Amino acid sequence: MLRTILVMFGLFVCTHIFAEGGSQAENGSSLSALTTQLPKAKLSKMAPLVDQIAATKTPSTRPLLQYLLDGELYYVRGSNMIVRAVVNQQKQYELTDVLGGTELAPVTKKQIKKIRTNNRLRGQIRSLLAKLDLTDEDPDNRIAALKQLIDKPNDSALDLIQSLIEQEKDSDVQALMQVLLDVQQLKNGDTAQKVAAVASLGESLEPAVKNALVQQLELIDKNSQEPEHVALRSAIQDALDSIESKREFYGVVENIFFGLSLGSVLLLAAIGLAITFGVMGVINMAHGEMIMLGAYTTYVVQLIFPHLIEYSLFIAIPLAFLVSGSVGIIIERCVIRFLKGRPLETLLATFGISLILQQLVRTIFSPLNRQVASPEWMSGSLQINPVFSLTYNRLYIIIFSLMVFFALLMILKKSSLGLHVRAVSQNRDMARALSIKSDWVDAITFGLGSGIAGIAGVVLSQLTNVGPNLGQAYIIDSFLVVVFGGVGNLWGTLVAAMSLGSINKFLEPITGSVLANIIVLVGLVLFIQKRPKGLFPQKGRSAD
Amino acid sequence: MATSSLISKSSGPLGKLSNLHVVIAVLLLATTYVSICNLMFAEGSLLHVSDYTVSLFGKYLCYALLALAVDLVWGYCGILSLGHGAFFTLGGYAMGMYLMRQIGDRGVYGNPELPDFMVFLNWTELPWYWMGSDSVIWMVVMVFLGPGLLAYVFGMLAFRSRVSGVYLSIMTQAVTYALMLAFFRNEMGFGGNNGLTDFKEIFGFSLQQPSTKLGLFIATAVILALAYCVCHYIVNSKMGRVVTAIRDAENRVRFVGYKPEDYKVWIYVVSALIAGLAGALYVPQVGIINPGEFSPLNSIEMVIWVAVGGRNSLYGALIGAIVVSYAKTRFTAIMPEAWLYALGGMFVLVTLLLPKGIAGFVPSIIAKFKGDVSQNDQPNSSTKNKAGEVKS
Repeated sequence: MLRTILVMFGLFVCTHIFAEGGSQAENGSSLSALTTQLPKAKLSKMAPLVDQIAATKTPSTRPLLQYLLDGELYYVRGSNMIVRAVVNQQKQYELTDVLGGTELAPVTKKQIKKIRTNNRLRGQIRSLLAKLDLTDEDPDNRIAALKQLIDKPNDSALDLIQSLIEQEKDSDVQALMQVLLDVQQLKNGDTAQKVAAVASLGESLEPAVKNALVQQLELIDKNSQEPEHVALRSAIQDALDSIESKREFYGVVENIFFGLSLGSVLLLAAIGLAITFGVMGVINMAHGEMIMLGAYTTYVVQLIFPHLIEYSLFIAIPLAFLVSGSVGIIIERCVIRFLKGRPLETLLATFGISLILQQLVRTIFSPLNRQVASPEWMSGSLQINPVFSLTYNRLYIIIFSLMVFFALLMILKKSSLGLHVRAVSQNRDMARALSIKSDWVDAITFGLGSGIAGIAGVVLSQLTNVGPNLGQAYIIDSFLVVVFGGVGNLWGTLVAAMSLGSINKFLEPITGSVLANIIVLVGLVLFIQKRPKGLFPQKGRSAD
Repeated sequence: MATSSLISKSSGPLGKLSNLHVVIAVLLLATTYVSICNLMFAEGSLLHVSDYTVSLFGKYLCYALLALAVDLVWGYCGILSLGHGAFFTLGGYAMGMYLMRQIGDRGVYGNPELPDFMVFLNWTELPWYWMGSDSVIWMVVMVFLGPGLLAYVFGMLAFRSRVSGVYLSIMTQAVTYALMLAFFRNEMGFGGNNGLTDFKEIFGFSLQQPSTKLGLFIATAVILALAYCVCHYIVNSKMGRVVTAIRDAENRVRFVGYKPEDYKVWIYVVSALIAGLAGALYVPQVGIINPGEFSPLNSIEMVIWVAVGGRNSLYGALIGAIVVSYAKTRFTAIMPEAWLYALGGMFVLVTLLLPKGIAGFVPSIIAKFKGDVSQNDQPNSSTKNKAGEVKS
């Protein structure tokens, strides 16, 4: 059985390789056969030859034509090898084999000869290149080519688009082609065509479209008061207004997105605290340092596995959870449990711990900030339209923080551990009487909250530099998020984090980031005066 | 007070004196000693106290004054303020503005009206809140008005809506953090990142002169002594007793018919005024005030002074401030790395092992030696109860 599979696999691989090699060889040979004719071809014979070359569509075709257009295509005297030649500073020609791609030794001018072209041929090559780009198999490449054309339109390309637009299968590319044609009509068409073009251009968000419209508007304002132009003018104005309102709309959407991404960072930082502070009632000022430990765990993981950057986050997340969680359990066992029911003392003691942890990290890793690499898949962005794109890292962070949030919610609501935690937090004595090991529950809960802080650290390491003060920046914010949302209420924490993030991002363009921070802080302080128990207070009748 | 009776008992021949007299006497003796040693003995003499040391002691005394302020609200009213640095720094800025204007045209840019940093920012005239800052009276008013007003507004808002315990602590911390961010901005008109510095003279005396330094030191000591008397009077007055009662059982006080909010605001404002005064005395002695003083870490360090010295006793705050600050000076000179370890360790150990600090610990040891266990039996159970209420 095994042998059969192996044989089949072997056969498959062989046929595959041969098939690949065969097709490449065929294309390549035809291209190289065509190129060998280049040195001897007369100018009058060049046109069909260039057409044939363009029709080969191999990876080397495009650069070859581009070099020919730029006048960089030469052939070596004697061997008739087709090369690209560029003059260097020593007046020598540096050669690259166009078909093979290998670099050759520099030569003097006498050893090579230029392949001649004329204006007509260059025009032909230009349109052939445009056609190559516009019929490229990858839609992204087609879009890139179209975008270049929007900035620098030429007539032959536009005619080509006219003929291609019907066959285009990708709707994005088709829409962009239509925009291109409309812009052209706006510039050169008669008034009726212009009005029609303007009407459809109002839908497009391309910056070039806006420029074209504004140009036309200025042109009309300068030239005439004719009645037909008045209609055109108002049409253009409408289109501009509609573009502007769309841009504003996407600006707001973008702000919401940034707000949510900041909010999800706050959520991750605060959610561990929502457990230790909100559910257990323990003030852990070292919470920020748990975040910092998580971030440093990521750094160490990348140090140990430098070749696994792509997967480092998946290693770091569970590891950070374990590191921060176990440090949290140690803190709980050694310090916090002796301070039960004395929150102010707990605050001071844990603050001391946070100082020690910070200094420890400074001693081990130096006080300098450390750069943590981002995996490839975290970078880049998802382009929704020309004025609005979502960066992947923020998108993933929003999704991830929501995942963590719901996982935690499930643990607290559905698991037996969650049941015990809630029982102990509501009535410790009664829980103990029902044989729940409250000490054990405390330690595990604290470990859980700290571990999630560690995970937050992994995420933060992707956004900022990792340094000993990383956690301090988030501790006050996290406390405020928890208090704002209502202590002991995870949903409140979610709402609070997201709304604080959004408020911050909406204020930022108006006031600048520092002032936005201050306004949010002061606003929160005032809010807590009004509603000391937060947005969603826990209902109960316990009085002090 | 249990502690005061302990001290008077243990101090033997001084038995009839209260700890107020002891503290004042020690303070004045120390000041006289330092002044004499600074003036009479030449440099190189074994008994000589250098000008640097005088300034250093002056700084410690400012810290002691600040610790007194923290102790007043934390030890006696149970309000753990993690934002007293804000009052301290505001007082400091008021003094700094006055000193800045005293530079006159001796600044780098030689502008008689504007401080250097404003010239640097291309400002053409003083902002309105700098008007009058070159007069002593304005300075004195601002030293009290700035911190007092902040404390009053914040206290009114917070205590009226019955924010207490940990929430209050975090909010005070948020306030000082927000102020730090605000003062870091150049547009605020307080020198931004660099703060106010390069002072030349105070009340016409050059700040570089050793005599001025000694004068400032003595002034600080005298003011500290006065403030101590005031605090002592407050905590032993009827109002002070209500405040202590609020710390121990706020709701009971309310049910008896008092308005705890008013008392809390009142004690909080007094404390802020003392803190502002400490800041004003601090600035001429160290020669700079910048937004870093607002940082939450500073405010928390103040709390540890009181915790180490022993809250619930005024002299404990003084001892704590001086001991911890001295330790900081030594540590940061010998091994700067170790200071944060030491500070953090102090937080943990004091809260775990010495909840009453030095002032509670030493007398209890002495009492143990005398075989008098009953004196030791005054646990801080009331504070514990208070603390326990917070989570509700």
